[in-house]
Amino acid sequence: MNALFKIASRQDPRAGFVAGAWSEQVDVRGFIQANYTPYLGDAAFLTGPTARTTALWAKLQELLKQEQAKGVLDVSVQPSSITAHRAGYIDQANEIIVGLQTDAPLKRAIMPNGGLRMVEGGLEAFGFKIDPQVSEIWSKYRKDHNSGVFDVYSPEIMKARKSAILTGLPDAYGRGRIIGDYRRVALYGIDALRAFKKASFHELDGVEFTESVIRLREEISEQFRALDELKQMGAKYGCDLGRPAANAREAVQWTYLGYLAAVKEQNGAAMSIGRISTFLDIYFERDLAAGLIDEEEAQEMIDDLVIKLRIVRFLRTPEYDQLFSGDPTWVTESIGGVGEDGRPLVTKSSFRVLHTLYNLGPAPEPNLTVLWSEQLPQGFKEFCAKVSIDTCSVQYENDDLMRPYWGDDYGIACCVSAMRIGKQMQFFGARANLAKTMLYAINGGRDEISGEQVGPAFAPITGDVLDYDEMVGKFLPMMEWLSGVYMKALNAIHYMHDKYAYERIEMALHDRDILRTMACGIAGLSVVADSLSAMRYAKVSVVRDARGLATDFHIEGDYPAYGNNDERVDALATWAVETFMGYLKQQHAYRDATPTMSVLTITSNVVYGKKTGNTPDGRKAGQPFAPGANPMHGRDHKGALASMASVCKLPYTCSQDGISYTFTIVPCALGPTEKERVSNLASLLDGYFAGHGHHINVNVFDRETLLHAMDHPELYPQLTIRVSGYAVNFIKLTREQQLDVINRTFHASH
Amino acid sequence: MPATKQTLARPAGAASVASASQAGREGWVHSTETFGTADGPGIRYVLFLSGCPLRCQYCHNPDTWHRQDGTLTTVEEVLADIAGYRGFIRANGGVTLSGGEPLVQPKFCKAILHGCKAMGLHTALDTSGYLGDLADDALLADVDLVLLDIKAATGRRFRALTGVELKPTIKFAEDLAAINKAVWLRYVLVPGLTDKLDEIASLATFAASLGNVERVDVLPFHKLGEHKWRDRGLDYRLERVPPPSEVLLEQARATFRAAGLLVH
Repeated sequence: MNALFKIASRQDPRAGFVAGAWSEQVDVRGFIQANYTPYLGDAAFLTGPTARTTALWAKLQELLKQEQAKGVLDVSVQPSSITAHRAGYIDQANEIIVGLQTDAPLKRAIMPNGGLRMVEGGLEAFGFKIDPQVSEIWSKYRKDHNSGVFDVYSPEIMKARKSAILTGLPDAYGRGRIIGDYRRVALYGIDALRAFKKASFHELDGVEFTESVIRLREEISEQFRALDELKQMGAKYGCDLGRPAANAREAVQWTYLGYLAAVKEQNGAAMSIGRISTFLDIYFERDLAAGLIDEEEAQEMIDDLVIKLRIVRFLRTPEYDQLFSGDPTWVTESIGGVGEDGRPLVTKSSFRVLHTLYNLGPAPEPNLTVLWSEQLPQGFKEFCAKVSIDTCSVQYENDDLMRPYWGDDYGIACCVSAMRIGKQMQFFGARANLAKTMLYAINGGRDEISGEQVGPAFAPITGDVLDYDEMVGKFLPMMEWLSGVYMKALNAIHYMHDKYAYERIEMALHDRDILRTMACGIAGLSVVADSLSAMRYAKVSVVRDARGLATDFHIEGDYPAYGNNDERVDALATWAVETFMGYLKQQHAYRDATPTMSVLTITSNVVYGKKTGNTPDGRKAGQPFAPGANPMHGRDHKGALASMASVCKLPYTCSQDGISYTFTIVPCALGPTEKERVSNLASLLDGYFAGHGHHINVNVFDRETLLHAMDHPELYPQLTIRVSGYAVNFIKLTREQQLDVINRTFHASH
Repeated sequence: MPATKQTLARPAGAASVASASQAGREGWVHSTETFGTADGPGIRYVLFLSGCPLRCQYCHNPDTWHRQDGTLTTVEEVLADIAGYRGFIRANGGVTLSGGEPLVQPKFCKAILHGCKAMGLHTALDTSGYLGDLADDALLADVDLVLLDIKAATGRRFRALTGVELKPTIKFAEDLAAINKAVWLRYVLVPGLTDKLDEIASLATFAASLGNVERVDVLPFHKLGEHKWRDRGLDYRLERVPPPSEVLLEQARATFRAAGLLVH
């Protein structure tokens, strides 16, 4: 057993901490505020990987290589649960932080509650067989989420789904995007958490037993069970999770086991870890001050935790992987930000987490997300910029913009969705294809590819030249229709997910009463804005096919394109965002959720494009949309700042689930020397966020590197790039997606 | 089509050519690069003005030679556009006037530079110096940094390369030294044309003697603009010239360094 295991626990786990309201009730934020030490310096204190870390990581590299070749290394056919499987290790004697989803690294688990079909499809695709008993149980005796949803879908929803005007709906798999407050496990221990929950359960004993109260009581009872199971799972790894963590290693370990329980139970679309580094830093500082550990050991614990987070795996189908590019888990960790009292929430552990990208090399997971503020210490800003330039593995979100909405203890779920940790969750809603909706408005609700009547049979546009005012007049009712179908589908999905695949442990690590958002989304924003601009400022003629459908468009003259900081067209993009959000707000949302919206496509911009015909902006059928809120590639002509300025205008008030922008630049265009690149990137981020930009991915690399990696994937096992909202391993993209990334705007100097 | 040549927010054809000269309130703008990092310190809003009296053989922007290659734009439009980027360029960067040759339109430059200083922005003027006489004291007062591009070290070579005389550029360099205006010297290294180390050495000695040259950028010749020559039916004479080798670049840089100059 590693030396760090032998550090004695304190008699009093809270010794040395400043007490407060957090001591008597669940209040992790209060604990952090009372006890953390902001770090205002630079990166000089960081240490490299120890021989142990390097050896452990190298051992995994072998397995990762085998996994890359096979797609899936191995699967456990036993249905997963928090207590399923015996303890698993990479190399038990050399692990500081322990715990795997199954009994062996990279061996995936099956979680049929989300959908048996996804399990069967995933197993079959990778050459495994399902245990007939599992099939029987989940088709005969136990219903899954997927079956529930399809029991209630309407023909209209089915058509909208099939035509891909709605895509990526979490109706066949776990919805994810819920962040348990895993820090609570370390700070309070399971026994205390269970007692707090019990009290909140009994507070409801005397109220009227309405449907919603009964549902909640049943859920809380499930939460008790999940907490008990988490404690049992900890025992398998020799950890007494009943009590609070008493030293730094235990704090990391307890927090991780809380998270591990979630990823043993849920194959969620995104399984973020929250905002843990500054929380953990308090434990590091205490042990460092007591001389129990040194910097190298502190870094080692973080490195070991990150190794574990990098090998979280789910079994999914190839179609799913195609939509999301590879094998994403979105273990998003939110770093930095500023407190409501103005003190930066940057600690040495904020640096340590980013430093894993050097100690272990670049990687897409965990999805490291820096919460940027003008008030962040300069040393941290420059370190972030340097890490971005060296690894392309960091994304940034605007803390100054989000803090007024979500306070100073929110985390990012998935890519861009902010939520107060332990106090808020979202119902993930994928996205609606606004570009196709516009084509439906032109064609009276008929799909431009299949010819099928998918939307309502409103009068189509019959003129030969598209008139802007007529277009808007037809677009509005079509958007309104779509918002209705969309919300119906989401209500069905989340009703069934709560019923058949409830996130027991994640919700056990939430307060009883929480805010729920219904997180809708849109794709094709720049196509819509440019199309409307073309109609308004140039002349767009319609070409109709034998079916009488508008399937092509001829543009005469120039039009201002989104991405050039030109108000004439940027206002059209803003209008589309405000308008669609306005319709969503009018819909009834399940469980009193507050509708929100994101402008985010992840990599589904490629799939959406494939399923959408020619559009009036001149985009050809099948061509990818721009990702997220990006301008269409090749249409921004005034350089990066103009492009950013256009994106910055999109109103966060109407897109509170996030506005994603991906920025790719060749190194020399960022500045002539490394020092200048770092300071220019930091200034760029300052400017973008001061201008109210919400999110940005930063990629710094040469087009040639990517072309080379396409042909020689074996040389680039860790090449990581960022695409709207998360990082992917470049060599795991499909060829089509690789080309899309390469064709996208590279900002280069004149 | 999406507009390919970006213009500032003004409908095409709204202004007449005749009004162009009115007190420099309007001028010809070729294009803008909002995120320049090669033309001055930090992040630069680079305004490329059209019109240039030089005909450099290696010119990579022959599409900026004639004023009418640009779009007639008012000072107010330019300044309003720049103002939109203040948040990016105020702390670490600024505005660079480039071209073309910006001093073809001195009054226009002067008004823009003055407006930029009023916004508290750092300003740079990227010029060949050939029209340096047109930059009066008031204009230079609003310039924080001159990027002085000296194309060749001897009069003969300069004439062969650019089609004009070297002397006005030298005089401008001396004028700038006299008022101690910060200068970054730029030198484009073209194999076979501007790679004579003895000539570079004499330019370096001259530059060092001025006392106001803060830094020297030796820029490798590239052919990225070649297609623009062909598009315009122009004869591109450097078709067979390769970009300079790293060794040659380092030799040129060392020559400037040897004269006591800071070289990037």
